[in-house]
Parts: sequence; structure tokens; C-alpha cells
Amino acid sequence: MAEIRYILAVGQAMGEEMERDPDVLLLGEDVGAPGGSFGASRGLLERFGSRRVVDTPICEASFLSLAAGAAACGLRPIVEIMFMDFITVCMDGMVNQLAKMRYMFGNQYKLPVVVRTPAGGGLNAGPQHSQCLEAWFAHVPGLKVVMPATPADAKGLLKSAIRDDNPVLVVEHKALHAMKGEVPEGEHLVPIGEARVCRQGGDVTVVTAGRMVHEALAAAAELEAEGIGLEVIDLRSIQPWDKQTVFDSVAKTHRLVVAHEAVKAFGFGAEVAAAVGEELMDELDAPIGRVGAPFMPVPFSLEQAYLPGAVQIAQAARQAAQGGF
Amino acid sequence: MSARGQKVQQARPNKNQLLAMYETMLLIRRVEETLMEVFSAGEIPGFLHVCLGQEAVPAAVAAHLSQDDYIGTTHRGHGHALAKGVDLNLFMAEIYGRANGYCLGRSGSMHLADAGHGVLGANGIVGGGIPITTGAAFACAYKHPGRVAVCFFGEGASSQGAFYESLNMAALWKLPVVYVCENNGWAEFTPQSVHMTVADVAQRARAAGVEAEVVSNDVLAIHQVAGRAIARARSGEGPFLLEVKCNRWHGHFVGDAQKYRGKEAVAQAMSDDCLARFEQELIGAKVLTAKKAKELDQEKREAVAQAVEFARSSPMPQPGDLAEGLYL
Repeated sequence: MAEIRYILAVGQAMGEEMERDPDVLLLGEDVGAPGGSFGASRGLLERFGSRRVVDTPICEASFLSLAAGAAACGLRPIVEIMFMDFITVCMDGMVNQLAKMRYMFGNQYKLPVVVRTPAGGGLNAGPQHSQCLEAWFAHVPGLKVVMPATPADAKGLLKSAIRDDNPVLVVEHKALHAMKGEVPEGEHLVPIGEARVCRQGGDVTVVTAGRMVHEALAAAAELEAEGIGLEVIDLRSIQPWDKQTVFDSVAKTHRLVVAHEAVKAFGFGAEVAAAVGEELMDELDAPIGRVGAPFMPVPFSLEQAYLPGAVQIAQAARQAAQGGF
Repeated sequence: MSARGQKVQQARPNKNQLLAMYETMLLIRRVEETLMEVFSAGEIPGFLHVCLGQEAVPAAVAAHLSQDDYIGTTHRGHGHALAKGVDLNLFMAEIYGRANGYCLGRSGSMHLADAGHGVLGANGIVGGGIPITTGAAFACAYKHPGRVAVCFFGEGASSQGAFYESLNMAALWKLPVVYVCENNGWAEFTPQSVHMTVADVAQRARAAGVEAEVVSNDVLAIHQVAGRAIARARSGEGPFLLEVKCNRWHGHFVGDAQKYRGKEAVAQAMSDDCLARFEQELIGAKVLTAKKAKELDQEKREAVAQAVEFARSSPMPQPGDLAEGLYL
């Protein structure tokens, strides 16, 4: 197995799927000769030509909806939204059109559109280039939302997304793009909707996704010295999310912390916490801990003070481990 | 003249084609009148937007389309779907929200779609269908050469960013799409003078690099320009915008008292009757007789009444089936 960077795994997934299926194509700003703002599509223009690697004008709203129309007529477009913040100008396409065209037309159409978008802070890119908006889309029936945390998942989840006949939003954390990891060559599919227990532990379950998986693992290493065992669950997919894996773990540890980089209020962690509260309250031995960013835009300066990470997760897990009702 | 400088000859419609367009207009007229009636009587919930007065556009444009061409339409989209050939019974069942309607009762009037006839859906978002239909044209160019997509919308939608963005992409990539703007002068409750500085949507299209032409609400004039535009698009010469200056007889939706419009303006709009004019022309040209017109009218009335009966007696969706098929 080769060790490659996350961003290369994304490119590998797209290249392999374009090779496999002539209906797969890529649309986005600067995806052609420049190879994408973060380099995901490097080399694809040379391999597949400008018919299949399509540089768009700067009009996210319309090229996203264009992809929806093209998908309804038999294509399988991958759309790159350069920064997740820019997806706000595509809300009609994402929410009113892409998410609903199958349902409201009585299941007549398939909408195999993949929307890939780099999200999150850590690059000092400021309030309009750093947001984590995944929960908005997980709230919309008709969409799937995945958040690969490792190079292997970046490839495996993206390949599954491209083969999925539903619209799938793939949220890639920008701070992970340079991360290296082992990635299976060729056919490697990670099913959408299956979480991964990436560290076993008996005391507190930490449910997270994306970049925060690594922060949770760092917190787990730290707490091990204190005798607190964290079980870290990488959801990988937040819509649908793997309730069973989370519930099984909470039934074992009886303590739960949810953690994400998006602002804490109304984040996907709130849904996980609410579901556990609703269906598994009897298993809980302590209040659920929640970690997320403070309720404010991502600042340019002092970004590290803003971003939640291992410190906050460790603190919440410690509290959960020691707390009770 | 086409972009390549060759003159695209557009044959004048023969007798059968003329009669077919007349019948389509007549059908749309009778469907819309009936829908107004049953909606006002409370048989159908929600909102209903009818295209009375604008029947010429769908009939003339769809005359050049085959079943596997695509159309995208609007909240005022019954005429477009009917002209494209959807089944009247299933159409009516959908508008009545029945389980056997085209969209299982989930779309109603405002989002009606029929994949079998390339109807990519009416759209509840003004302008929302423009990039989607442009995407259908993208798919035609990519995968279905020879097919075209026709995008219907109103002048109100031309103020949306998606209009300019879509035309820009269509022009850049020479997509086989024909934009058909039904300019009825009213964006919901707002007259054109309040939301546009230019007189013609065509001017906006030209700014995006899309050739455009403006015609009156005359079925033969529309048929001629649409034919040229669709033939160009099919042969890979790129997009075109056809703007038709027409009149909306009624309010934005059925039940709209139109206090913003004034009785005189409404009367003036209703004096523009594209169907009556066409009928007289056809009778004058001896393509149609008054007797035949009456027979056809009776036939359409019966077909519509039957479709209403079909819809009324069709089953409602079951609550347990509401979420069926949300994901594949």
C-alpha cells in the first residue's frame, strides 16, 4: 500500500472513476490547467481533456444547478466548490433543486452529483474562507454528507460518492490536504453511512468527524496517561450517520462527548447528542459533553485561539469521565 | 442567418402541422379554463398559475421538438408540458395530488415533471430552471448529440443572476439550448418598468453573447423563429434566445384580484387572443372550417372532462408511502 497525501488520494479517486465511467466528469473553477486551487485535479485535464475536465466561469450557483440538470439527463458530474464558504451562493441549487428533484418528481430522476468542497480553518483564510457548514446540508432531506478524515477515506468515500445515484456532498478539511497516509491502490470503496471506531476505549465515547478525528486521537493519547480510556468514533458520514456504532459504544462506555470544528450551536454533534438523549438516556452515566467552535465567525488573527481541538476534547472527556447525574 | 453564415431555411408548416398547433393551443386553453374552475371550487389545494393568453408559445415551440428533447419550465408551466406531449390523465392526476400522478402527487402543478417526455420539471423558484435546463443541454452535447433543450421562463426570471450565468456558459460552450422568454410584462405583481431598464430581455441575452430575437404573440411568427433556433442548436451552432411579447390574461395565481393592475389593462391584455386569431387565420386560409373548429373544441372539452374524472377517481397517496424513494 502506498503512502500518499490526502489531496492526491482525492485526485486518484476522480481519475480512477473517470477512467471507469465515461459519464463521470469534473466541473469547477480552475480545475483544468491549474489543477484546482488545492491541486486535487492535477493531471486530469491532460488525461481526460477539456470536455471532461471543465473550467467554469465564477458562477457557483449556476454551474451547480447545471450539474443537477446534466445528472438528470444521464451524466455523473463531480462539482468542485473551491471553498465551502462559496457554497452559500449555490443554496437554491443544493437545497431546492438537487436535493428535491428526485423526491418531488416522484422518483423519476437519478441525481448522481458529487459536490466536493474544502472546508475548515487552520490556514488563516479568514471569515469567508474557513467555515464548516456541513450541518446545514445534513439537515436537508435528499442529500448525503460525508467528511473523510484520512487519505484512505478521502479516496474510498469519494469513489463511493461518485458511484452513488444520490447527490453527495464531500467535505474535505483543508488542513488535512497535506496529510500523508496509506491508501489502497485501485478499487477501494468506503461505504457511505458506516462509521469507523478508530480507537477503542472503555470510559468515554468521542463521536467526531473530519479534522477533529485527529484531535480526538491526540486527546485520547493524553488521557491514557490519566487512566481514562477514550473510544474515538469517526462518523465519516454525517448524513446518513451510523447510529448503531455510536449507540453500541455508548452502551459500553456510558459516557459521550461529541466534537466538531463547526460552531457548537446546531452542529451535527447536537443531532448525535439529541438522538442519544432520546433513545439511550438510560445508558448515560453523565451529561453529554459537546465540543465545537465558539459562536462567532472564524477570525483571521488568533485563529488558533478560536479553533477547537485536542485540549477542548480532553477537557470535555475528563469532565464526562468524572461527572455523573 | 446562422452563425456559420449559411441560411437555415425554415419550411412553412403544412396543413397538418398547422392543425396540430391549433389543437395544442385549444387543448391548453380548455385545460387551463377547467383548472381555474375546479381550483376555484376548492377541488385542488395550494397554488395554481395558468397560462391563458400565452398558449401560442408552447404550441409553436414544441412543434419542433421530439419526445427525447428536453424542456425546463416554470410555475406557469401547464402549457409547456401539454405541448411536449404528456398524458393528460396523468397530468391531471398529478395536479390533483393523486398517487398515480406523474410525480406520485408530490409535485402538484408547480413542480410537474415527466421524464418520459423530457419534461425536467416546472420550478417553484423563479429562474431556478434556467441553469438546470442549461445542464440538460450540456448533457445533450456530451452524450446525446442531436438533442436539444428548451428553457421556458418569463422576463421576471431574467433579473436573476442564474439567467446571465447560464447564458454565459451556454454561449461559451455552444450548448444546444434555446431560451424561450415569455415576456408577459408582469413579474408576479410587478410590471416590467419597475424591475428592468431595458425594453427587451433579448438585449440581456446579447450582452451574454447569445443571439436573440423578439417576436409578437403570433403562433406562426414564434414557430418560424423557434424552428430556426432549434435547428441551429441541433447542428451545434449554440444557444439562442427567443423572446415573445405576450399577455397574461389573469393574475399571478388563480384568485389573485389584480388590484395592482387596473381593469383597463386587464381588458387590453385579454384582447390579445392568440387562439382566436389563429383560428380566424386558419379558417381564412381554408385549413380549418368553423364546423371542424367546433368539433375539435368539443373533442378537447371531452378529453379534459375525462381527465378531471380520472383524477377525481384516482387514489390519494398513502401516508406510509410519503418518504418512499427519497434515496436510491
